[in-house]
Amino acid sequence: MSKSRTFITYVEDRPGVLNRVVSLFRRRGYNIESLTVGRTARPEVSRITLVVAADDDTARRIEANLYKLVNVLYVADVTGAAAVVREMALIKVAADNGKRAEILQLCEVFRARVVDVAPDSLLLEATGAQDKIDRLVEVLRPFGLLEMVRTGAVAMLRGQPAGAVATAPEWAALDRAAPDSRPPMTDEFAAA
Amino acid sequence: MTSMTGAEVLWEVLAREGVDVVFGYPGGAIMPVYDALAGARVRHVLVRHEQGAAHMADGYARASGRTGVCVATSGPGATNLVTGIANAMMDSVPIVCITGQVASRLLGSDAFQEVDITGVTLPITKHNYLVARAEDVAPTLREAFFIARSGRPGPVLVDITKDAQQSATEFAWRDEPVRLPGYRPVYPIAPEAIDRAVALIGEARRPIILAGHGVVAAGAGALLGQLVDRTGIPVASTLLGLGGFSASHPLSLGMMGMHGEAWVNHAIQEADLLIALGMRFDDRVTGRVDTYAVSARKIHVDIDPSEIGKIVKVDLGIVGDVAEVLSRLAPRADFRDLSRWHDRIGELKGDSAVRDIQSLPPSGRLYAAHVMHDLHRLTAGQALVVTDVGQHQMWEAQYYRHDHPRRLITSGGLGTMGFALPAAIGARFAAPEADIWVVVGDGGFQMTAAELSTCAQEGIKLNVAIINNGYLGMVRQWQQFFYGGRYVATPLRNPDFVMLAEAHGLCGLRVTAREEVAGAVERARGEPGTVVIDFRVEQEDSVYPMVPSGAGLHDMIRRPPSESPLVETADSD
Repeated sequence: MSKSRTFITYVEDRPGVLNRVVSLFRRRGYNIESLTVGRTARPEVSRITLVVAADDDTARRIEANLYKLVNVLYVADVTGAAAVVREMALIKVAADNGKRAEILQLCEVFRARVVDVAPDSLLLEATGAQDKIDRLVEVLRPFGLLEMVRTGAVAMLRGQPAGAVATAPEWAALDRAAPDSRPPMTDEFAAA
Repeated sequence: MTSMTGAEVLWEVLAREGVDVVFGYPGGAIMPVYDALAGARVRHVLVRHEQGAAHMADGYARASGRTGVCVATSGPGATNLVTGIANAMMDSVPIVCITGQVASRLLGSDAFQEVDITGVTLPITKHNYLVARAEDVAPTLREAFFIARSGRPGPVLVDITKDAQQSATEFAWRDEPVRLPGYRPVYPIAPEAIDRAVALIGEARRPIILAGHGVVAAGAGALLGQLVDRTGIPVASTLLGLGGFSASHPLSLGMMGMHGEAWVNHAIQEADLLIALGMRFDDRVTGRVDTYAVSARKIHVDIDPSEIGKIVKVDLGIVGDVAEVLSRLAPRADFRDLSRWHDRIGELKGDSAVRDIQSLPPSGRLYAAHVMHDLHRLTAGQALVVTDVGQHQMWEAQYYRHDHPRRLITSGGLGTMGFALPAAIGARFAAPEADIWVVVGDGGFQMTAAELSTCAQEGIKLNVAIINNGYLGMVRQWQQFFYGGRYVATPLRNPDFVMLAEAHGLCGLRVTAREEVAGAVERARGEPGTVVIDFRVEQEDSVYPMVPSGAGLHDMIRRPPSESPLVETADSD
């Protein structure tokens, strides 16, 4: 069964690394729903959060294929794990004097912030899980969406960072084999 | 510490990496490297087209088990390597490709002969680099060699800007291991996985081992022999696995797949356990996947975790080097009485009608199968055979029985016509004493025939057997079977191959009847230089059996029985 999967990936911060990751997904026909890349606590390391539609077997191979890239340091499929997943949206919505109060009320419910007010529009900033942003967008749509940008998801496990999530018994051997051969990135990040 | 140019560092690192020969072609952006070649301890072979250089590096690597090296200039030189790089990628062959690049200040400006070759080769290399500073040449090349040969081997391209070749740097060789924090060439083998494999083997009544290229790459032939001798499990081979397990072993079944032996394919379909070793369930091996070995449980051993479960769902995936896995598995797998299974395979073998070679109609014509069969006999099965792609390649695989690893070199995954001649030139440097035979079609030969010049210039001895049927034979066969016999764009009007050889100052021979085969083979072996033999074979013969593309593995087209079959069998000697 294909579903949205979230991967956390650490990569070396070098020219062309993002291209290698994206090229892998293109070549193997994996469908990227969102991709976010940014700095980490260590300057030479970047972190990519990938959301991909995949079944269990495909998810396993995505992880294995990512690990084949020389510049990829660590991969974790955090789907189903206790993770905080957030994305941010900037939404410009039509709002004249008559509608402004109503929109501000909705913002309160969704904990969205008003970051700019113009005579006939509001610029809102919202952070949250994807479905929360989706719902905010739906309730704002009738007022008139003038412009919108969403970042794609970033994710972090609660508590200690965990490794890959086992998906099927036949993969158990692989899972147990993996931690030894992975660099101790997770521990370093936990301390940072 | 000594001050050297990037170009001098390059040759120094190659020599220290154990490289004794490189295959290449000079040009503007690589000239500093060529200028520094004069003082180098490495032999350079001048090719006629960069594709040949990549295939030579590939053939050298396959014949030796070491890493092959090719060199080209920027732009067209680099893009000419692409087919050879893709070929090495598909067949997991360790090669390092060095390309010149325009000066770093010109990068991205569409300068003369500038091509973004790291971008172009991104999906067809294991890894690649752009080097723009002389001080990065040595560490990058060391990483390149390490990555190319470790884990699942593959091609690595190093693109070096002209200024990085020219400028000076302090060079000191560092012997410490290459450190790549994100690179995991091998994973530790889980002991539980071996336990599970032992249990699955213990329960099987109709097991088959599928031996692939990984058995050859890992040098695991002897360990595989141990496992087979302890358990009595028969072995089927992929095309690239041929020679990994001796064809003369009584439990060697032969090749599987689209043009595999019929009894091998039937046995796989009837098996209750497949033990796949270093192979990747290519579509040419499985046929239609949803009818593939449906009653078999499957153990898949591969060094690359991403191969497991890619095509065929398996019951147990073991990630690891085939030799490592076998060294733990072989001592623990117990002998079982598999005589009923052996009997059943014997029946299938009998049922499989007579061998192809017996069913050939006695037309008085020369058949490619005869040439292969006779070549095997005349070389006592000891030749190093390099084949191209097409019908002759399948006939070689069927009729030349390889008992030793690295004695069949062929383009499997990519199916690259034009591979054989240059790959054989590379193999010559890896195996200077070997009796090397290039088996090639008349079509594929002409794709890289210019490398005959390289043979002549470098004094390289090869025996080239052109299986000349005047067609692009495999495509013609598909046209006959699946396209209503419309032979569109497959008939070839060829040059006179004997005269072509002579034009290069080489010996050319022509064979049109079977009784001339032995004489020509002996004559060729006796000549000091490269010999080209034009074997004029039956024009419209086809390779049997054949699993049509998309059909089940058991669903084979068989050779129509001859009314007066030839009496000789493939095993008659």
